[in-house]
Amino acid sequence: MNIQTSRRGFLTGLIVAVALPGLARAQQKSGAAAFFNELPGGSGGMSANAFIRVAPDNTVTVLIKHIEFGQGPYTGLTTLVAEEMDADWSQMRAAAAPADVELYANLAMGMQGTGGSTAMANSFMQMRKAGAGARAMLVAAAAERFGVPVDQITVEKGIVKAGDQSTSFGELAEAAARQTAPEDPPVKDPGDFTLIGTDLPKVDSSAKTDGSALFTLDVYRDGMLTVVVAHPPKFGARVASYDDSAAMQVQGVRKVAQIPSGVAVYADNTFAALKGRDALTVEWDESKAETRSTETMIAEWTSAAKAGGEWEVEKSGDVDAALNGAEIVEATYVFPYLAHGPMEPLDAVVELHDDEAEIWMGSQMQTGDQAIFAKILGVDKVDLHTMLAGGSFGRRATPDCHLAAEAAEIAKANGKGAIKLMWTREDDMQGGYYRPLTVHHIRAALNEQGGIEAWDHGIAAQSVVIGTPFEQMLQGGPDFTAFEGANELRYQTANHRLRWAKMDSPVPTLWWRSVGHTHTGFAVECFIDELLEKSGKDPVEGRLALMGEEQAREKAVLTRVAEMADQSGDFGYGVAVVKSFGTYVAQIAEIEDRGGVPHARRVWCAIDCGTAVNPNVIRAQMEGGIGYGISAALHSEVTFDEGGLIRQRNWDSYRILRISEMPSIEVAILPSTAEPTGVGEPGTPPIAPAIANGWRRMTGTALRRLPIIPVA
Amino acid sequence: MPISFTVNGEERSVDVDPDTPLLWVLRDELRLTGTKFGCGIAQCGACTVHLDGMTRRSCVTPISMAEGSDITTIEGLEGPEADAVQAAWRAIDVPQCGYCQSGQIMTATSLLQQIASPSDEDIDNAMAGNICRCATYVRIRQAIHDAARTLEG
Ligand code: FES
Ligand code: FES
Repeated sequence: MNIQTSRRGFLTGLIVAVALPGLARAQQKSGAAAFFNELPGGSGGMSANAFIRVAPDNTVTVLIKHIEFGQGPYTGLTTLVAEEMDADWSQMRAAAAPADVELYANLAMGMQGTGGSTAMANSFMQMRKAGAGARAMLVAAAAERFGVPVDQITVEKGIVKAGDQSTSFGELAEAAARQTAPEDPPVKDPGDFTLIGTDLPKVDSSAKTDGSALFTLDVYRDGMLTVVVAHPPKFGARVASYDDSAAMQVQGVRKVAQIPSGVAVYADNTFAALKGRDALTVEWDESKAETRSTETMIAEWTSAAKAGGEWEVEKSGDVDAALNGAEIVEATYVFPYLAHGPMEPLDAVVELHDDEAEIWMGSQMQTGDQAIFAKILGVDKVDLHTMLAGGSFGRRATPDCHLAAEAAEIAKANGKGAIKLMWTREDDMQGGYYRPLTVHHIRAALNEQGGIEAWDHGIAAQSVVIGTPFEQMLQGGPDFTAFEGANELRYQTANHRLRWAKMDSPVPTLWWRSVGHTHTGFAVECFIDELLEKSGKDPVEGRLALMGEEQAREKAVLTRVAEMADQSGDFGYGVAVVKSFGTYVAQIAEIEDRGGVPHARRVWCAIDCGTAVNPNVIRAQMEGGIGYGISAALHSEVTFDEGGLIRQRNWDSYRILRISEMPSIEVAILPSTAEPTGVGEPGTPPIAPAIANGWRRMTGTALRRLPIIPVA
Repeated sequence: MPISFTVNGEERSVDVDPDTPLLWVLRDELRLTGTKFGCGIAQCGACTVHLDGMTRRSCVTPISMAEGSDITTIEGLEGPEADAVQAAWRAIDVPQCGYCQSGQIMTATSLLQQIASPSDEDIDNAMAGNICRCATYVRIRQAIHDAARTLEG
């Protein structure tokens, strides 16, 4: 299956599904124009196109259609524009684009949204064209002013020159605004890049260092009520009845209302809302709730993975025949439910007027969220401000737009005025939308040369996609997010089979930084490492020998990381290589035994993500992706008691990495002129298997259940 | 009964439930939103402020305890250590999402006020209570060393 095509095809379909008759396009357009004039730098100037505004004060503001939650699109997309405009980096600014699918769709999705590490890839040509167009208009204006033909104009670092005459973008902006925007301006040859490929400072570091960066939680509106919701203690439970008499006694509590997702408490301030929620008594209807314990679920998932599952995803040769009578190597891998735990818990601000709503939210799927607000609130116009978000890792991109729906229901029950919905950390940890609990079972047989004769792979997991509005993307096929990375195996196998057992539970699941690769990367890379060890092969050489010509880029990152790594210490060294979202990453981890558990001291990382737009951002994403992966490898899991109660509540029981556990990291970016691919997710998958492989080679113990160090 | 204290050099007085955590007074009443909420149970450090010169988790500090105290938030942070820390943070682009960074900077500044050139171990000990979910830890460590070096001159 071609995932790219089907994703795109599906999501285009989604737009049709969610485009509401009430969403008045004309109004939104005028909204976008007004938006430009509110940008810093003074009124007037030039709005070259939907993405670029040159202000009279000589600043250039780029409107970023993707949400910024740390992965760097504000800097990366601004770099593309600055490059083609020949601007000076110090004059560049970035701001969130308004929510408007006609202008700001993700070209890989067909709707405005961010995910699948597509922000750079889908914007690469679009933003360069936008920059080239703005430059052409400025040049045309300069030619008029100087009285010379356009081909005598040069632009360098924001200075526009002809002979001894020179001027700035800001001075030309008014006149440039009257020029016609070129239809299809040519872009630079990559050989002429001066900014792309350099370590430009990030555009948002200052505001994120002095406390001035504004997140959704920082939005305060006049008369705004703060709202927290009592959510069910078990997945699938519903409100049966509630008693709000004590809650209403709490000073500052204004209102209590039942909404589809629970019971909402409205108050003058956050503390009163929290106190009011504590004082509520809610009876829950648990007749449809998940009541299995985690251990019970793992046992069921394991049998299903061993049985293979109803979806035969890939098949070549005859695995059963090849395994029959052979010496079989087998392993079962168990992966828990994982919460994303973005540092800023989920939140949204809604201000409801007569016929329109204004929203502030870290929206990762603006088009879907906008449509849900419009539908529930019954308004024609939804003005959505995409705020900076304190992390997401997938959490803010929910196909059912449940947060927008909850905020809308709260606003609707309140009527006109402003509300701020805030989830606490406990709401976040216990709120579901987890990386699915997943079990892999692999059986393999080697031939005499150490080649793989057969590889039979079963995966048991819930679907993230089936049963949601995104289901049409699958066109009736299996949910690739459950097994991506275990298909199209990079190691040559004579006989291969991959099957998926779709498991069911009311526990809502979601993509979590690198999605299926979070577990397939671990299972495949740990299993191959064991096979290589069995046949006495070197982990790097052995992998290279099993790869074919199509794996040229995997081979290159693997070779590079092996050159970088200093494996001379008295430690364990583990390697892994994973391709995800079109990006190739290989890592080697240096492992020490810290009180019976692995600690990664140093990590070497080689990445091929095509053209490296900003190496600084890429290195940061590798560092962060590795840290995120170590949290899951070592500590994190969401588990249920017998009866279905969630054990984890906050960072004390859902543990994540702290600074003392962070390795030092060295990153090499392979030179490439290919189109850029994503970097937000691909740093995560290789680290857990690299750690487990290093540990196994050092101690002889294979780690097959994550997390390695469960919280008791 | 109003509770009075100093924030960033200004006398402030609030009339709220005395159990209200300092965090929510700073944010909801005084609109100093640079101090963040990340857990509410002293686990993450996003809400770190300086209270009478020492780091303090504002999410578990009832406002009644702040009577008469001198509070500094990220908005009012100043002095040679603070300047060096913030400059080092910007120079190597520490922040990713940025949400934890006010707390990281408050703690790092306090560390440098106490230990002029901290070792990796000092840094790990001092910063262990500040979670960064984006795992910017490599750069946090680096930036603290860089800031210490600038202060040495
Ligand atoms: S919010 Fe205070 S320590 Fe987390
Ligand atoms: S920068 Fe995102 S949590 Fe620290």
